Amino acid sequence: MTQFSTWDIVSNLLLAARWTVLLSILAFIGGGAVGLVVLYCRIARKPWLQRAANLYIELFQGTPLLMQLFLIFFGLPLMGLDVSPWAAAFVSLTLWTSAFLAEIWRGCVESIPKGQWEASSSLAMSFFEQLRYVVLPQALRIAVPPTVGFSVQVVKGTALTSIIGFVELSKAATIITNATFEPFTVYGFAALIYFVLCWPLSKSSQLLERKLNVAHHHH
Amino acid sequence: MSLITITEVRKSFGQNEVLKGINLDVAAGEVIAIIGKSGSGKSTLLRCINGLETINDGSITVAGAQLAPDEVHLRALRLKVGMIFQGFNLFPHLTAGRNVMLSPMVVKKVSQKEAEAEARVRLEQVGLAHKFDAYPDELSGGQQQRVAIARALAMKPLALLCDEITSALDPELVNEVLAVVKKLAEEGMTLLMVTHEMRFAREVCDRVVFMHQGRVHEIGPPEEVFANPQTAELRQFLGQS
Amino acid sequence: MAYSFDFSSLADYGPVLAKGVAITVELIVVGGALGVGLGIACAWAKALGPRWLRPIVSAYVELIRNTPFLIQLFFIFFGLPAVGVGLTEMQAAILAMVINLGAYACEIIRAGIEATPRGQFEAGSSLAMSPIQTFRHVVLVPALQKIWPALTSQIVIVMFGSAVCSQISVEELTFAANFIQSRTFRAFESYIVATVLYLLLAVLLRQVMRGLGLFLFPRRRKTT
Repeated sequence: MTQFSTWDIVSNLLLAARWTVLLSILAFIGGGAVGLVVLYCRIARKPWLQRAANLYIELFQGTPLLMQLFLIFFGLPLMGLDVSPWAAAFVSLTLWTSAFLAEIWRGCVESIPKGQWEASSSLAMSFFEQLRYVVLPQALRIAVPPTVGFSVQVVKGTALTSIIGFVELSKAATIITNATFEPFTVYGFAALIYFVLCWPLSKSSQLLERKLNVAHHHH
Repeated sequence: MSLITITEVRKSFGQNEVLKGINLDVAAGEVIAIIGKSGSGKSTLLRCINGLETINDGSITVAGAQLAPDEVHLRALRLKVGMIFQGFNLFPHLTAGRNVMLSPMVVKKVSQKEAEAEARVRLEQVGLAHKFDAYPDELSGGQQQRVAIARALAMKPLALLCDEITSALDPELVNEVLAVVKKLAEEGMTLLMVTHEMRFAREVCDRVVFMHQGRVHEIGPPEEVFANPQTAELRQFLGQS
Repeated sequence: MAYSFDFSSLADYGPVLAKGVAITVELIVVGGALGVGLGIACAWAKALGPRWLRPIVSAYVELIRNTPFLIQLFFIFFGLPAVGVGLTEMQAAILAMVINLGAYACEIIRAGIEATPRGQFEAGSSLAMSPIQTFRHVVLVPALQKIWPALTSQIVIVMFGSAVCSQISVEELTFAANFIQSRTFRAFESYIVATVLYLLLAVLLRQVMRGLGLFLFPRRRKTT
């Protein structure tokens, strides 16, 4: 039997962690883009659009991410689309992320005083212009801390893609465990790598939040 | 023998010395008003007597028990002196009756039945027997403060400390609280009250303490202190109020 | 290309699904109750406890909140036996959920404790209550009432997270769905049924928490 050094374990985990990082970034960007569309629908002045956006958000927030993964992984092929674990992972994380981000951002948009909408509409701006030039720039400031905070959930969410066979950090940990029979060490290091990825994000979200609160008090 | 003995008490917050050597003896049954400008240290003194602030120097003794900063001594002390706060501090999740019952049950392990009977007596004493099942947010400020008095009384304290207990009240509610305090004074309760109600101090108190810049500046029976202030500071203070 | 749904082949697996639901419920009831208990203890330690305890609790909270539940579960189920702590699948799943929820609940409840006015602590002390008595009888209930909605959401999230317990062969709802799809080859239908059941469980769980809230906090704050 081959002997594995601790460095073998760590270096292989780190190699796999690249996929965790890549998937996280892509899902976050994709989720952000889709999230903006959902946000727009959610606050648009068309009741049916609002209702559709609400349903979307509640479906993705109201069911386990793992189920969403399975449904997309097994469901898309039924529509004639052949999907790799990688694609299924990306699509489902993007949709899931978009629902949460849309909801977070909606809260930020709604915290902008009504007077801002009224003032900008009195200046003959269209809904889109009001959003683009008046409301979003203000909402953006308060949206940053919770958005950064949610990125931690995205990184952790990628671990579930190991279950449909995408080889990222968690899947690599399982593979390496099966080869080395050292689950304590392997999962311990895997946890540590996740921690190193997530903790700076958590911490900066907290710091940004505090800074924002301080700024608010000075007004 | 005095009930409360305060000797050379000093208290600082950081660099700022708030109490600069306080001496005061309070006899059992005595009613004392502490007056003075804000920042003169009068509230801090009361809070020290109840152990809510730790003193830096000197000693405070209540009925022979000395104040020490450890948990056991503090609780022994607090069983002897009750405190009423400016902001009432009723427990919002409990009814008036439950507010009064809580501490006897938790601290003295009194049975629920006994505690309830005691609470009814105490609420009766402050004229609120009919509000036993009301929650604090259903009561007026004056009523809340009277419940707070009943709550302190239920622990059967030897003395009550009143920290500006009418300052947070609307003017029309002040009298109902003062009437309760007056009744307590007549029944022989030892009272130490920080107050801005000069008329009340004059009518009810045995002695008035004027505090200024962390010291007892003048002390004496109200008729002397109010009619014949010895110092310019007191004259100025009385002139303002 | 049209896919024809066929839920009829799932009909025989009612009992399997029922068992799955029952175990998911068991996980969230036991894990939820113990997790909230742990959260209360940690929140107390962080907000009011002895100074030496605070960094330990903080480290625990940060570690759990910044690693995936799946890895926590695998570490407990596969890793701990390597150092002599063997657990059944169910024990490992519940332990992982308790530890996970405990960390999140700690932060949520702590926010409630820290929002308690100072006067409440002082009133407790002045009535000769010990710090622990003041915490238990004066501070805790209003603090929990304040954060009850956030705590409810977190417990729902943990229930969704429990789906991965299927990976260590706990026979909960996702495990049942996996089992059914492996027998019927009707993967999409199996997971749709499971997803709907999770959706219903979440609605039910929220209702239960609401009811529990009404029972624990009979006094509703006036909303005027």
